Amino acid sequence: MDLIAVMAVEFLYAVASLVLISAGLAVVFGMMRVINLAHGEFMILGGYVTITAVNLGVNVFIAMVIIAPLAVALIGVVVERLVIRHLYGRLVDTMLATWGLSLFFIGLVTVIFGNTTTGISTPIPGFAIGDYRINGYSFFIILVAVLLLAAMAVILRTTRFGLIARGTMARPDIAAALGHETERIYMATFAVGSALSGLAGAVLAPLVGLVPGSGAAYIAKAFITVIAGGPQLLAGLMSSATFFGVVNQLFTFTISPVIGEVALLVAAVILLRMLPRGITGRFFRERSS
Amino acid sequence: MMAAAAVPIALLLPYVIDTYTLTVLAIYAMLALSLGLVWGYGGILCFGQAAFFGLGAYGYAVGAINIGESTIAMVVAVAASAAFAAILGAMMFYGRLGDVYLAIITLVVTLILYRFMSSTAGDAYVIGKARLGGFNGIPGFPTLHVPGDPSAYIWGDALYYLCAAILVLVLILVKLLLSSGFGRIAVGIRENETRMSLLGYDVRARKTLLFTIGAAVAALAGALFANWGEIVTPRLFGLTQSAEIIIWCIVGGFGTRLGPVLGAASMGYLKFLLGQQSLIDNTLVMGLILILVVLFLPRGLVPALAGLWDAAWQRVPARRVQRRRRDLV
Amino acid sequence: MSDIVLETSGLSRHFGGVAALDNVDFSLRARELRCLIGPNGAGKSTFFNCLTGLLRPSDGHIFMRGEETTGWPVHRIASLGVGIKTQVPSVMDGLTVRENIWLSASRHHRQTDHAERRTDEIIARLSLGPISHNLLGRLAHGERQQVEFGLVMTGDPWLVLLDEPAAGMSPEDMVRISEILRELNDTAAMIIVEHDMQFIRSIASRITVFHQGRVLVEDDVERVMSNPTVRDVYLGRTA
Repeated sequence: MDLIAVMAVEFLYAVASLVLISAGLAVVFGMMRVINLAHGEFMILGGYVTITAVNLGVNVFIAMVIIAPLAVALIGVVVERLVIRHLYGRLVDTMLATWGLSLFFIGLVTVIFGNTTTGISTPIPGFAIGDYRINGYSFFIILVAVLLLAAMAVILRTTRFGLIARGTMARPDIAAALGHETERIYMATFAVGSALSGLAGAVLAPLVGLVPGSGAAYIAKAFITVIAGGPQLLAGLMSSATFFGVVNQLFTFTISPVIGEVALLVAAVILLRMLPRGITGRFFRERSS
Repeated sequence: MMAAAAVPIALLLPYVIDTYTLTVLAIYAMLALSLGLVWGYGGILCFGQAAFFGLGAYGYAVGAINIGESTIAMVVAVAASAAFAAILGAMMFYGRLGDVYLAIITLVVTLILYRFMSSTAGDAYVIGKARLGGFNGIPGFPTLHVPGDPSAYIWGDALYYLCAAILVLVLILVKLLLSSGFGRIAVGIRENETRMSLLGYDVRARKTLLFTIGAAVAALAGALFANWGEIVTPRLFGLTQSAEIIIWCIVGGFGTRLGPVLGAASMGYLKFLLGQQSLIDNTLVMGLILILVVLFLPRGLVPALAGLWDAAWQRVPARRVQRRRRDLV
Repeated sequence: MSDIVLETSGLSRHFGGVAALDNVDFSLRARELRCLIGPNGAGKSTFFNCLTGLLRPSDGHIFMRGEETTGWPVHRIASLGVGIKTQVPSVMDGLTVRENIWLSASRHHRQTDHAERRTDEIIARLSLGPISHNLLGRLAHGERQQVEFGLVMTGDPWLVLLDEPAAGMSPEDMVRISEILRELNDTAAMIIVEHDMQFIRSIASRITVFHQGRVLVEDDVERVMSNPTVRDVYLGRTA
């Protein structure tokens, strides 16, 4: 019984962390058709901002939930203005340029923080269920993911931005024809996406020691979760995060955490191979040969 | 003509740069050429060419430890990597995956290899006599020797001349391949896949074959790299390694043979120079270069310079559009 | 009946719950020229794409020269000697006219000199000489269409499938295209999906009218035009 409870929490945690990791990428990709290969670095920037703020004496929750998203959103706006906006509609070029950004940020973080592991302690203590110890912080991650999904649902359903966002995701060609506002919408979208990445990186930071290259671990997971999710932003995010989260945890329990990660990636390759049209047909036109 | 010019250059360079550095530059050039072939001429957006480079290096190390000899180990390295590429390529191309999926899948495969190889510490992960060694990799395997004479090691200057000779040979083979029917058809497929299949060409098989050839060249470079470094580690599969190969090609210019080679040599040398100081971070500079080239020099240096040359001499504009990559949306 | 080169029986294609093509029986004789018409969504393009292999039929059979080709990939159908031209000009934009034609010639002539000779022949036949070293991407729409006909012609097809060859053409282009079509028709059977009635009249042929995924009528041009049912579903408002 205790084991089942612990496992349930672990599964939920795996799904929640995938939702967090992918949300920022999903927003940017869904609305702008930009694949941001620097997504992982945006996340670790959120982590570094949090650590810096905490070291300066800021409350850890304020640092994670407010300061980090704002700081990364600001970085996102600068990046969008300087680089991304010149490359709209050129999917491959944006992938390459954001890959360049990814390397740039890795280098920058190395210069500032050094090529060592930086971290902060988990702000919520663990506790025991029967014979098993459980990480109290997992509940916080799950809570943040649930709140995030709820907030996204409310924004998409009720606000003007949400309406435009849903329109853009359903019919990008028509949305683009609406004209004058697209520039501002894209900038806002990229800022929101960046903020989400920053938030994810911040709340996950206490669980993992940060090194400048940590972003690479996130980008593949975020990628495949978003792509497998398909055009329905929220439903896609939840379903693919659940699928991959469960795959990951199953193999983690039965074999080892690393095999869990490998299994997740292999599952993604197989899934993309089997369902190139069904899940994602609306994002990329399929080759007809 | 290019090969003829390459020989004296290869012979003169050791007077300027030490052969230890030159060896790795020649290997990088070969690796870049492999991606230039697949991406620049075949239109296959491979984001994970490092996978085949790494497999070539690991294949050599494992082969050399088990066989105790280098010639067959080289063959094993190239063959294993090519076989892996053939399976992966067939899966992707017969599945009719679009360009972007291809980029993502190749990238993810590279990451899988990285994760897997990093986790192979311990006695469970052994291939024959070779321990995979996890994050620390495999050191201490027998390095290249003259075929048939395991005591005559090829190292130092000799290794450089060997790598340079192999590079020239690969350049010639790539040139022959591209001017053959196969190469011209590959370019046709890059330009319009649907049209080529409407003409009756089996696009899937041809792309798989080209992808495999590219992987074999990358694996050859990887096997030589293992000999140069005398150790193989999972970092060969890293994202940074994958990115660097693309940077070399983009800086030099896809759609040319010379571009990737020069891009790799110059960027590789820049990396070497940056490695000698600690003020500016290497990765930061590489990232900046990639961003700037995508923004301001999307066709790469070689085509841009060729355009300038033509303009200066009032020649007819370059006959062929050097299309570097296709955009989907 | 031995001169039937293309036959379909019960050919159907569903998209979700919608039958875009519903149980179509069709046959074409050697050197016959057949136009397919019908309002948008009538199923003619779906039918065309099933024949070319671009779409896989949900049900039914396709036979070409007696061989069942149902579900074959495009390149295998093309390799039988079927020339295909899709609606949008589909050519290799980054290559020259000559290189484009060569790529088609080389599919049918393994020896290099044969392929070169065939390329020269086609370029001369279509009078493409003056532009043979221009990039396709820089040519006018009509010229690109011509080159694409060159690609089709190079393979000496016995069956030619064309999707709206007259779309976006100037009157002069139209005249040239009908000449080319007649020439191709000397040796090949042809299926043309077309909207332009004027053009169809100029190449005078039998017509198959599609409606709601089925064959509505199959007859000569003039009789189809005067058929009241056809006028109702398709021409009623305009003719």
